[in-house]
Amino acid sequence: MPANRRTRIGLRTVALGYLGLLLAFPVAFVFYRTFENGLGAIWDALTTPNAIHALELTLIMVAVAVPLNTAFGVLAALVIVRGRMPGRGFINAIIDLPFAISPVVVGLALFLLYGRQGWFGSWFLDQGIQIIFSTPGMILATVFVSLPFVVREVIPVLREIGTTQEEAASTLGASPWQTFWRVTLPAIRWGVAYGVVLTTARALGEFGAVSVVSGKILGETDTLPLYVEQRFQAFDLTGAYAASALLAAIALATLLLMTKLKPREAET
Amino acid sequence: MGIVTLYLSVIVLLPLAAVFAKAGDNGLSAAWDVITSKEALATLKLTLVVSLIVTAINGVFGTIIAWVLVRDRFRGKGPLNAIIDLPFALPTIVAGLTLLTLYGPKGPFGFSVAYTRIGVAVALLFVTLPFVVRSVQPVMMELDPDAEEAAASLGAGSFTIFRRVILPSLLPAILGGMALAFARAIGEFGSVVLISGNLPFKTEVASVFIFGQIESGGVSGAAAVSVVLLLLALVILTVFNGLSRWSLRHAR
Amino acid sequence: MIEVRDVTKHYNGFTALEGVSLHVPAGSLTALLGPSGSGKSTLLRVIAGLESPDGGQVLIDDDDATAVPPRRRGVGFVFQHYAPFKHMTVRSNIAFGLKVRKRPKAEIRERVDELLALVHLEGWANRYPAQLSGGQRQRMALARALAVQPRVLLLDEPFGALDAQVREELRIWLRRLHDEVHVTTVFVTHDQEEAMDVAEQVAVINEGRIEQIGSPRELYESPANAFVMEFVGPVTRLGDDEVVRPHDVSIETEPVSGGREALVKRVAHLSFEVRVELALDDGRDIWVQLTRAQAEELELEPGHIVWVRPMAGRLAAAV
Repeated sequence: MPANRRTRIGLRTVALGYLGLLLAFPVAFVFYRTFENGLGAIWDALTTPNAIHALELTLIMVAVAVPLNTAFGVLAALVIVRGRMPGRGFINAIIDLPFAISPVVVGLALFLLYGRQGWFGSWFLDQGIQIIFSTPGMILATVFVSLPFVVREVIPVLREIGTTQEEAASTLGASPWQTFWRVTLPAIRWGVAYGVVLTTARALGEFGAVSVVSGKILGETDTLPLYVEQRFQAFDLTGAYAASALLAAIALATLLLMTKLKPREAET
Repeated sequence: MGIVTLYLSVIVLLPLAAVFAKAGDNGLSAAWDVITSKEALATLKLTLVVSLIVTAINGVFGTIIAWVLVRDRFRGKGPLNAIIDLPFALPTIVAGLTLLTLYGPKGPFGFSVAYTRIGVAVALLFVTLPFVVRSVQPVMMELDPDAEEAAASLGAGSFTIFRRVILPSLLPAILGGMALAFARAIGEFGSVVLISGNLPFKTEVASVFIFGQIESGGVSGAAAVSVVLLLLALVILTVFNGLSRWSLRHAR
Repeated sequence: MIEVRDVTKHYNGFTALEGVSLHVPAGSLTALLGPSGSGKSTLLRVIAGLESPDGGQVLIDDDDATAVPPRRRGVGFVFQHYAPFKHMTVRSNIAFGLKVRKRPKAEIRERVDELLALVHLEGWANRYPAQLSGGQRQRMALARALAVQPRVLLLDEPFGALDAQVREELRIWLRRLHDEVHVTTVFVTHDQEEAMDVAEQVAVINEGRIEQIGSPRELYESPANAFVMEFVGPVTRLGDDEVVRPHDVSIETEPVSGGREALVKRVAHLSFEVRVELALDDGRDIWVQLTRAQAEELELEPGHIVWVRPMAGRLAAAV
């Protein structure tokens, strides 16, 4: 729109102002508060046994949820885009559900299934496997909320590249697996990469669902985000800020990766 | 195909079914009682109203930001584009703490939005910011400047051009983004939990209410309110997407 | 060789191929010629195994290939838009079929070098398809298809996406390649000039049915019906069921039996022919091609009334 200079500057100011107030300043201020007491305090706060355990637990969440959802994501994308059986549309719709459901409800749902009085809870407990208030439950929660990302990113890429490369591979003698591995996967790799980054960010930062399911037992079932809240409620602001700053730093690194990968994905 | 369905069923569908089942556990009337209890109604009302307001605000600002990102030219546009996704990348609890730090009682400003509905709104604005921007951006990039130039040559002013030429093309995307934003807002937990103080009847949102019910053993009640929330999300999503499709037809 | 027997293919109620039969002699170069939507690409894909027919058989070198998947048919396929593996170099593209068959590295290298020389892409081995021109990409696609020594080479509108000059060059090049390599080759095109120029045998397809199969000359001189006649060369329509070549029409200045009255509208002296545009008595516009000698003799001017009739023995079958 041939906007005159005044409109342009006006809109730019509005946009920058809004983003500044809402995003930039708060984040910058948290870093400021964090480093206010010096690096030593941060280091101490982050190296307490509980903090380290929280970090480890968070990393376990990610290490399990991301590969699972990536494999699922690529598979589901292939089914939805290339498949021919009915029910694909249904699957497509279901995959979006984690976006629409409150994390607390997710936690509730898992609690109802695998808790002591849940549908499967007693069976698992009899086998000696505790799901709720323990790591497996938290992993399930993390998998649920980070499910859609890889699928969503891979689907448009798969559509874009079309089937001719795969047909070519087939005429050249490649088996379905060879075709997937040598032709399809490399063609979608940037979509997968971007999806993985988003999945990881979500898995790292999940709070609500894991909150319900974990029982928040300090030192046992606290992930890093839960740890932040825990420290806050315990009036240990330094600890809370330190953990927050760590998570925020990871978030910014994630953003950086996203920026680098997005154009690669687009040019597929 | 089979694996996909199995995975989805186990991870997503089964848990959801459990929620619906539990809601009716003590009978429908008991569920209804919980849902219509004063506290529950208050949280549902608050959640609905604030979410709608926030969605509207971000609908406007999101469009403006998308315009600036696509049409404007200035140094630092790249980083600005990247930072839009921050609410997606940042854990919700950290977002909440961040906003509380700056706009709460210990912040540098004289005022505090902690324990207020404004605080709730600010948190929801934060987490729903990217939806409309990211929804509108690609559409805006595809816009054909010819139509706008034609309108300008016919004497239309900037605002008129925006209203009659640009907006209709963007409306489907804006509404679609708003739908996503709304769905996110009504379920939001982590970012609201710290800044709102969770005062019943004042700043308690539905997700916090549900959480409280779970912790205090009122699991069926929690399930009942959850079902209401899910249905609410479904209804509003359908409405928004319907509006989006309608505007798509009218844009041509 | 390829033998297609009575192949039928339906899509959602639409019949793409109906009872199609075709024999492609071993080592020959055959064109499938037809308008858009005629089913020619479908037929090619059925031969390749990329589509399965609803009825009928496909035999390749006397083996029944009907139920055999593409990767075991020994067909080389070249797509209209080349279908390059974008993330692989030219060399890797060409080597793909061999790598998939787990041939030893040395053998692959040698063969790829051979093919690169054959298609004149020697210096481009380590480039990516995106860095190649359209014509080069198509040559790469051909090399890739030939690498595994297919029994049959199939090309789907191979030059369709290229501009006119490149198309011509590649046409000549394809003929020469075929002379060298002698693989049974079938290519699909909607360009009759291309088909007539390159192929030894042309099969004309329309609406899922084969209209005629024959050498280019046979098709031109003895078309089986009006469709073939119209598709394969220019025609002049003298009536509802009279179709004739523009150079097979004689113009008389006196009424003749069997002739139609016509008004001369325009006489255009093109380089080697004279084109006379006329209006028939029923209002239809036609044109006739004369040699310069013929035109000189008739001394036609716009406004003249003349009589046109087909030359002896030169007609197509009724529409």
